[in-house]
Amino acid sequence: MTLFYVFAAVAVVASLLVIAQRNPIYSVLLLIASFGALSGLYVLLDAPFVAVTQIVVYAGAIMVLFLFVVMLLNAPHEETDYDETVHPLRRPGPMRFGAALAVALVVELLWALTKSGGETGAFPGAAVSSVRTIGRSLFTNYAFAFEVTSVLILVAMVGAVVLARREGGPSAPPSA
Amino acid sequence: MPTLTHYLVLSGVLFCIGTAGVFVRRNLITILLSIEIMLNAVNLTFVAFGRSMGSADGQIIVFFVMTVAAAEAAVGLAIVIGLFRHRESLNPDTFTSLKW
Repeated sequence: MTLFYVFAAVAVVASLLVIAQRNPIYSVLLLIASFGALSGLYVLLDAPFVAVTQIVVYAGAIMVLFLFVVMLLNAPHEETDYDETVHPLRRPGPMRFGAALAVALVVELLWALTKSGGETGAFPGAAVSSVRTIGRSLFTNYAFAFEVTSVLILVAMVGAVVLARREGGPSAPPSA
Repeated sequence: MPTLTHYLVLSGVLFCIGTAGVFVRRNLITILLSIEIMLNAVNLTFVAFGRSMGSADGQIIVFFVMTVAAAEAAVGLAIVIGLFRHRESLNPDTFTSLKW
């Protein structure tokens, strides 16, 4: 129970700091901390496969991609036409509306979840934590979705290369 | 021991933090990071429900969500780089050419 609260606190505080930071590099690093805490939560949920994937794929690959782009663009600070020291809830128009909506969403979700209640103990059933079971299911029941995923990755890779290519550069094909 | 409700409340809080980030921030990279926070909140819900139902399906769906998140990050960051080349800015309010 203590571990759950420790990991949950780290995840929530790090996520809050992610959206409070003005420098995107700190945001990315804090999000990695948040993912580490979530990985701990997955271990508590008897899902070691997801925990390891969270660290390797999310923190190791996706966040490094973000960090790479942040450093490549070299635009650390947010450009705004208002004073950045103003609290988000006091900022003009749509931002105040969005922040208020987010707070309303938190209240509503907490209300709905606490109303449901019902269960008292921990999880009743046995955990499915073996990678063997997951892999067997992945390559039998979910084989089609798995193959479609590979096509999705291919499309994303080609799309990223096409989008990020510098037009008219020496490597650009003629009249693409 | 933490129950299913604990995990669902935590997931809801994380999702709302991500939503607030999308609405409040004016930096394309931070907005993409907020989307990642939301995806992770949903992943936590999948794993918690899978654990509660004693099934491996939740963990498998998390695997697919991570793949989609990786594809989304790659394409999204490529778009961000392209936009930054055109306007020298990361503020979404400067990209209004398609606004009617």
